[in-house]
Amino acid sequence: MINLVSRADELLESKAVQVVIGYEAGSTGKARPAFITDPSKTGSLIFDDRCVQNLAVYLTKKEVRYFGKAAIVATLPIMRSIMMLISEQQVFAENIVVLGVSAEGKYIDIAGIEVMQQYIATCDLGNPAKDQETLAMLNKMSTQQKFDFWQKELSKCIKCYACRQACPMCYCTRCAVECNQPQWIPVQSNLHGNTDWHILRAMHLAGRCISCGECGRACPVNIPCHLLTMHMADQVHNYFNVYAGTTDKMSSVMSTFEPNDKESFIQ
Amino acid sequence: METTSKTIRKHSLEKLYASLAENRKMYAPVAEADNRIGYKYNPDFSEVIFDHIQSTLSVKNVVFPRVENVIFYTNNKNDSTVTDVDLNKIPEVVLWGAHPCDTAAYDVLRSIFCWDTKDEFFAKRLEKLVVIGLACHKSDAHCFCTSVGLSPDSTKGSDILLVPLTNGDYKAEILTEKGNRILTDFSGLFEPYQDEETKLTHVEQQFDHKQVTQHLKEAFENPFWVENSLRCIGCGACAYVCPTCACFDIQDEAKGKNGKRYRSWDSCGFGLFTLHTSGHNPREVQSQRWRQRILHKFSYMPERNASLGCVGCGRCSRACPVDMNIAEQLQALQSI
Repeated sequence: MINLVSRADELLESKAVQVVIGYEAGSTGKARPAFITDPSKTGSLIFDDRCVQNLAVYLTKKEVRYFGKAAIVATLPIMRSIMMLISEQQVFAENIVVLGVSAEGKYIDIAGIEVMQQYIATCDLGNPAKDQETLAMLNKMSTQQKFDFWQKELSKCIKCYACRQACPMCYCTRCAVECNQPQWIPVQSNLHGNTDWHILRAMHLAGRCISCGECGRACPVNIPCHLLTMHMADQVHNYFNVYAGTTDKMSSVMSTFEPNDKESFIQ
Repeated sequence: METTSKTIRKHSLEKLYASLAENRKMYAPVAEADNRIGYKYNPDFSEVIFDHIQSTLSVKNVVFPRVENVIFYTNNKNDSTVTDVDLNKIPEVVLWGAHPCDTAAYDVLRSIFCWDTKDEFFAKRLEKLVVIGLACHKSDAHCFCTSVGLSPDSTKGSDILLVPLTNGDYKAEILTEKGNRILTDFSGLFEPYQDEETKLTHVEQQFDHKQVTQHLKEAFENPFWVENSLRCIGCGACAYVCPTCACFDIQDEAKGKNGKRYRSWDSCGFGLFTLHTSGHNPREVQSQRWRQRILHKFSYMPERNASLGCVGCGRCSRACPVDMNIAEQLQALQSI
């Protein structure tokens, strides 16, 4: 990743950005997010198979924003997240420099949003193959079987909200579950409250989820909650022929009306 | 009470388990379908495991459940009736096979819940609990009990501690009156302990907690907190898997005229933590909440509760999606 390091170095040295968000070696063999502000420290940047976290979540974090302009190491899901965040006016394109990394782990030069859009257009935007397989298996189940599957999984939920916090698209400073006047869903972590929470999360991400799978990875009790949002991504694609995060001007599928929208689901 | 050491043969353990299960709920570790280790109520003895390193969740829920109902109420036209929870319905539970870090955590929780006013829910659950601990013969890179004054065979919090022997049997250390009652009731299952060799893991000490506590006194404004928590995403995973985290939220939930008030786990990592009704939050960014977490466990608790707020189980570091490794940070804090 010589190119990644030298580009990061160059950007910090020339003060084009104030922070580089990337990955570094963590504890016990893990990789973890790194925030580099000093050009002499860019050598600690790494990129390998362990670098899977969706770093776009940090673009809306207060303390990261304090630094100023940021360069961010971005694989396809991160690029798509950035597109969504710009579309939803949470970050501004002029405040971000994208250090692209291809699916093969090679540095790619992303000189601006248009280049990123062109790159995204060349990629497969469906759900990752492994997750798509699991979804296909779930879709073959009867309604009762599906319900049983999810009840078993969701009974494990402890409502730590790691799924929410890990998601770049869950940037609300006050989540619906944190309101208690009224209480939208039961706050308690029981089967009812847990089920409501995961349905609420999936619905809020419909048309916005870019299938990175970060929510499922973050879950400390291994609930495959990313399958819920990925299923929504699939549905949105089927009904509206839209994949989230392909341009910086996405209109929200679930809150806009187009005359040619299919209405087959409300028959 | 003076500790008595006995030996319990492997085949007698099953008998002890079955006898205890006759009139108590058993809570024991099992292997879950998704490769995690979890605790479950009344598993069959054949399911119970003895060689696990750590369960994903701690066993604090036995005394501090995820959701604890506090009162029930009915709102009528002109008045309201409030019903207390019948604490006598809390069942007798045997916690079986919990590691010393987890059993020691009950002492920490007691120092919080029974600090001044005794929390009757917690106290009743603890009173109804018998703890049969299991010393560790396995550990991993996240374990750091020896850095917080404990060890793989600490007896803190256990009524009986089972220590694995190299021959496959167990040494049983009878530590409390509750433990003694079990020994008396099932004396036929125990044999005299004859200095048989124990099998324990070695956990390397990573830091000196007294030095950490000392350094934290001067560390409030240190840039360390921001530098080392930029990656923290502010979820509650660390607090919810933690055996000593005791924060809770109180909520009312009603359906028609009937409702209940309950308390459920909460976390200092969340943005709502210490948010005032005015909108001001003295801990408005994540680094301040992370600092609170460390200071609470390693500075405020030693000062106020005379106990450390950490037992070195390493669960938070294992569960953290962004590698906020607590032992690594404490090691660094020792020398700032």
